[in-house]
Amino acid sequence: MDFLNAFVALSNFVLIPAIAYGSQLALGALGVTLIYGILRFSNFAHGDTMAFGTMVAILFTWWFQSMGISLGPLPTALLAIPFGIAGAAALLLLTDRVVYRFYRAQKAKPVILVIVSMGVMFIYNGLTRVVLGPDDQRFADGERFLIGALDFRRMTGLEEGLAIKSTQAITLVTAIIVVALLFWFLTYTRTGKSMRAYSDNEDLALLSGINPERVVMVTWLIVAALATIAGVLYGLDKSYKPFTYFQLLLPVFASAIVGGLGSPLGAIAGGFIIAFSEVGIVYAWKRVVAHMVPEAWEPEGLLQLLSTDYKFAVSFVILVIVLLFRPTGLFRGKAV
Amino acid sequence: MNKLLAATAAAALCAGAANAESHTQEVGIGVILGFTGPIESLTPQMAASAELALSEINESGNFLDGVTLAPVRADSTCVDSAAATAAGERLVTTDSIVAIMGADCSGVTGAVLSNVAVPNGIPMISPSATSPALSDAEDNGLFFRTAPSDARQGVVLAEILMERDIGEVAVTYSNSDYGKGLSDAFAAAYEDMGGEITINLPHEDNKADYSAEIASAASAGGDVLVVLGYSDSGGRGMIQAALDTGAFDTFMMGDGMYGDALMDALGDYMNGSFGAVPWSEGEGAEMFAKITEEAGINGESSFTRESYDAAALIALAMMKGGEATSEAVAENVMSVANAPGEPILPGELGKALQILTDGGEIDYVGASAVELIGPGEAAGTYRHYDIEDGDYTTVEFK
Repeated sequence: MDFLNAFVALSNFVLIPAIAYGSQLALGALGVTLIYGILRFSNFAHGDTMAFGTMVAILFTWWFQSMGISLGPLPTALLAIPFGIAGAAALLLLTDRVVYRFYRAQKAKPVILVIVSMGVMFIYNGLTRVVLGPDDQRFADGERFLIGALDFRRMTGLEEGLAIKSTQAITLVTAIIVVALLFWFLTYTRTGKSMRAYSDNEDLALLSGINPERVVMVTWLIVAALATIAGVLYGLDKSYKPFTYFQLLLPVFASAIVGGLGSPLGAIAGGFIIAFSEVGIVYAWKRVVAHMVPEAWEPEGLLQLLSTDYKFAVSFVILVIVLLFRPTGLFRGKAV
Repeated sequence: MNKLLAATAAAALCAGAANAESHTQEVGIGVILGFTGPIESLTPQMAASAELALSEINESGNFLDGVTLAPVRADSTCVDSAAATAAGERLVTTDSIVAIMGADCSGVTGAVLSNVAVPNGIPMISPSATSPALSDAEDNGLFFRTAPSDARQGVVLAEILMERDIGEVAVTYSNSDYGKGLSDAFAAAYEDMGGEITINLPHEDNKADYSAEIASAASAGGDVLVVLGYSDSGGRGMIQAALDTGAFDTFMMGDGMYGDALMDALGDYMNGSFGAVPWSEGEGAEMFAKITEEAGINGESSFTRESYDAAALIALAMMKGGEATSEAVAENVMSVANAPGEPILPGELGKALQILTDGGEIDYVGASAVELIGPGEAAGTYRHYDIEDGDYTTVEFK
């Protein structure tokens, strides 16, 4: 009977990884949901926008590293984030100017914009590979662990280890700051209010004198910031490879839809729901239970609800259930 | 990037030269590799190595009268069988290729074999498809590989664990034809030898997060985590997640996990881990290192040797058959690859062509000590390595 060890094992393998992954998904889903709310289409190029912004940040990180600039125990990449955002913003605004604006002027249907965004996705895809190549890139530096598993065991004398990576802590802190800033911006600033008005009712917003091009521009700027921050945090925590970012699109969209497209709060909740269901439902409880029950009762099997093969099925089942019973998502976004 | 530029420039030069001599007959050789997808970081070097062999043949001036071999690249994607089949079909119908160097990953290789190669009578030599299932595939004598089957690798890995007295392991494999085949072969061999596998866990490649998989493996326990995946994809993600959570600190790795990128990224944390990779030592490998260095290709990258050998075998089989046709390749691959005959090393293709012209026999050794057995697959030597100070050190060859 050892609840402390059981809790530590659970934190180490489920709670901490899922919180970090959930924050990364939430930031990604916020970008998707903003575009859906204001520009009214599902932006399939979002994963590759993350990859592009991160790429610019990586290039600046390398430049800083070569000049010997560092943040001490923190990763240098944090310094490079603003430059990555600027790069992504320039790319998004350029795309809007040469591609999306044309379709907006024609009042194209959302489904056409979705297909257009797929085309944009492939171009971004190629762009990132031409500049940085398809390989894995390393750009993390600084302290790797806040607490290592071995140190934790030595410190506490517990049997189970608990590891907290510095990148996980940074991810959580940054995500909280970014989300707070975003909500403040949307709720209290004039531009934020005009964005919400534009999202609620385009015609009324136009009648009341809101400049649509300005709203669109600000949206792209915010999306660039969210995508780059999410991308850099993910790259620091795991690894940077353009193909993985492309694959990230799936859980990000699932998060946005589960939460309710167009609802920022929903995007955050969706991110954590998807992350916890991916990690939690397929968790094998053997080790945790072994600590909780007397030795004689120790389980033989893995005590796993579903094999990990099904972890993607889990998020999609949640997606299907939500769409069936609450098509607007948990937080009353827009119907897809 | 520089290498890419150099390779493109070289390709452009070759194309220019070929155009200049328009009276020569050009014969297309398909190079079907996953230029996009999970192993896209390995394939440029593989293709460059294969093309190096073909240009060596062309430059020797000893090849069939007035015939030059022209590589035509196509994308297998490594994972999308439909896309690979379409790419192969296009090579046959539009580019009229007579033989295929490829494909790379086991799943798409099987698809191209049954949907393109067999119906059209095109022989293919894969440098890297290692699934045991391909040994029994219906191939009409058209399929060969310069990479050994994983049935053998499974035994080698099990032996390594036994030599180290490790009796209980957790296994994770890439959820692909390659990973599944290798894990089955390994599990059968290891359990036969008395080892216990606590969990045999698939992982998807290129996914965003591997915490769930590693949590299950940690819960199941075991002395070592056996990783049978890809080094720049899921396999690496699993190792990283295991190190991050402290679930495992020692790993045994299959051949797909061998790569410098993995060492650069995680080498310092992986001391004491070990694994096996198809390898070749001796003169052939040294010669290959020399000629790839001169050509500006990274010859140390995975499956570059096998790619060079696959392309060379296609050309030599044509020479032996006396014509640049599919039939000549299919019939003569085994005889040029194996004894008897004069041993041929990389960089000596011109000499080999001369011997064949004079009516002699050759035994192509190449960069990977080619010896084709059974249904036309390499016997294979494996390098058992340790990771020390963030780098690979050889324990033995077996």
